[in-house]
Amino acid sequence: MISPDGVESAVDGNGASDSEPLLDVQDLKKYFPVHGGILGRSVDQVRAVDGVSFRLKRGETLGLVGESGCGKSTTGRAILRLIEPTGGRVLFDGQDLKELDRAQLGAFRRRAQIVFQDPYGSLNPRMTVGSMLAEVLKVHGLGETGVDRLARVHELLEMVGLHTEHTGRFPHEFSGGQRQRIGIARALAVEPEFIVCDEPVSALDVSVQAQVINLLRDLQRDLGLTYLFIAHDLAVVEYMSDRVAVMYLGKIVEMAAAQELYKNPRHPYTRALLSAAPRRDPRAGPVRKRIRLSGDVPSPIRPPSGCPFYARCPHPGKDEECRRLAPLLVEKAPSHLAACCKDPMPTDGA
Amino acid sequence: MPLLEVTDLRTYFTTDAGVARAVDGVSLQLEAGETLGIVGESGCGKTVMALSILGLIPSPPGEIVAGSSIRFNGEELLEVKPARLREIRGNEISMIFQEPMTSLNPVLTVGHQIEEVLRLHRGLKRREARAAGVALLAEVGISEPDQRYDSYPHQMSGGMLQRIMIAIALSCEPRLLIADEPTTALDVTIQAQILDLLVSLQQKHGMALLLITHDLGVVAEVCDRVVVMYGGQVVETGTTEEILSHPKHPYTQGLLASLPGIGDRDVRLNPIPGTVPSAVDWPEGCRFRDRCSFAWERCAESEPDLLPVVAGASRSARCWLVHPDESSIDRAGKPT
Repeated sequence: MISPDGVESAVDGNGASDSEPLLDVQDLKKYFPVHGGILGRSVDQVRAVDGVSFRLKRGETLGLVGESGCGKSTTGRAILRLIEPTGGRVLFDGQDLKELDRAQLGAFRRRAQIVFQDPYGSLNPRMTVGSMLAEVLKVHGLGETGVDRLARVHELLEMVGLHTEHTGRFPHEFSGGQRQRIGIARALAVEPEFIVCDEPVSALDVSVQAQVINLLRDLQRDLGLTYLFIAHDLAVVEYMSDRVAVMYLGKIVEMAAAQELYKNPRHPYTRALLSAAPRRDPRAGPVRKRIRLSGDVPSPIRPPSGCPFYARCPHPGKDEECRRLAPLLVEKAPSHLAACCKDPMPTDGA
Repeated sequence: MPLLEVTDLRTYFTTDAGVARAVDGVSLQLEAGETLGIVGESGCGKTVMALSILGLIPSPPGEIVAGSSIRFNGEELLEVKPARLREIRGNEISMIFQEPMTSLNPVLTVGHQIEEVLRLHRGLKRREARAAGVALLAEVGISEPDQRYDSYPHQMSGGMLQRIMIAIALSCEPRLLIADEPTTALDVTIQAQILDLLVSLQQKHGMALLLITHDLGVVAEVCDRVVVMYGGQVVETGTTEEILSHPKHPYTQGLLASLPGIGDRDVRLNPIPGTVPSAVDWPEGCRFRDRCSFAWERCAESEPDLLPVVAGASRSARCWLVHPDESSIDRAGKPT
């Protein structure tokens, strides 16, 4: 149940090994220091991301779900080196991102981009949409002349469903959904291969959310993009993703093909998460039996030494072993990984 | 007699861009002990409607237009004296808000904030108030209530703070609780805990619940009846089952088609095109017509009224598609 060679076996079984992965994340860690005392010295650390490994094939979408504070956004940012990882390796197209110098990092950023959650906070309110997009092109040395860049700006706006007339407008003149389209256009400006979508539709109304989801899927199909899709909404993640990873307290606790994970969740946390979500499609039939989780997520400053989920785990078979030993993420069924040393919970009327 | 009866409520705001008709002719009824869901996207007027019921609309810039009526237990809330309104607020109608983190005073302990309500509204002495406050914390499921009583808001998680807000709201055993997106800021496992808590407390105390949300899944789990709002108006009402299984209004249909269901990855989502219009500039005629695939000339010429789907039914919709035989409504004489 607990494999002795740890991480190695976890990486092997993650279901994306048949072709060369575009992204290979190995034991990624990001700890933030906690300052305290009158001298403001670092007294502790928050283990926001604590040993995350996965691979992503070209054209694939991996969904990353979990509750607030589980480290999913930090994972996305650490992969892109928007924040420096504390440990582990990230290989992008075979190249270790830690070894990139400044110029190489710039070249990497042309291939990997991010779309943020908050379309209000991530656009400069003083810049027109046109100048914002043109600046991206200029920084990356795209387009010989201003005329070339303007043509590309128009092309980008049309690609995301906006109009060329929007070029001269400011962010406040757009609705939330339109601003998210601008954020997507900005990410697409450099023709990336890989995009981290960090809660791209969470701030949007239902009807507008569906528009942006359709746009992201169309762009993936037309441009062959690879997505890391981070969200807390389980239905949205299932709809977007080929595979899904569930995070809890900085670790992946379960990872499988989307349909498999939603149909046969093996980790008690995934079970609870799925049963707690209100039925998004209220016509879908009877409510599944709820699994109640008591209490809150423990603090990532001093995470429990054994299974991170031990305190809240509803599994009837949890025991001393769970409390002492942290279970590793291992393959339980073909391409289905879970970090739980017990058999799946009985499915009472799920 | 319904517990709450809102009739033709119009709440307008004066803005630089013109008069925003945030709530524009809303009528609804709520029986004692019933759970009514108000569903709609941002800007549909659902929160302004709730604040109007409690008399919390700042004036200026806000104004409740003459002709509106809000009757609670037979009493006209728009005409009562401020002192009486303060008595009703808290004692008989309570409200909880979306963000528990910003609804509590950060420099006072949660116990202090619960005690304040108990002493003010129920006239308890300090010691009695403390005992009652600790009991309330226990009732809303806070572990170690005696210690937690002396904690400050920043020492608690979002789910615990929302429990505290519920404890404060329930401290005077109100007959109506208005919950404005009470779980939107919370994680799903915590959301499930809070919804369960609300439902069990509601059943225990027999209070009515007005639940404002944008999440149809929450509505499906909790509500008896649903009111769908769009453009400051009610566009459809009915039982939860009727609305979710057989929506009549194209907007309700669009909301349901926008939801990714579990297990249909290959089916493309069917979003409602366009965006919600602005409250200073609602379209003439039907307010949804610019985004509606059924709209025809009639929808631009005149505004449909909210009418029963079948004569005498409790369920109604505001759409010419549902009422093709109705004559145009003469809106002359109504304030606009």
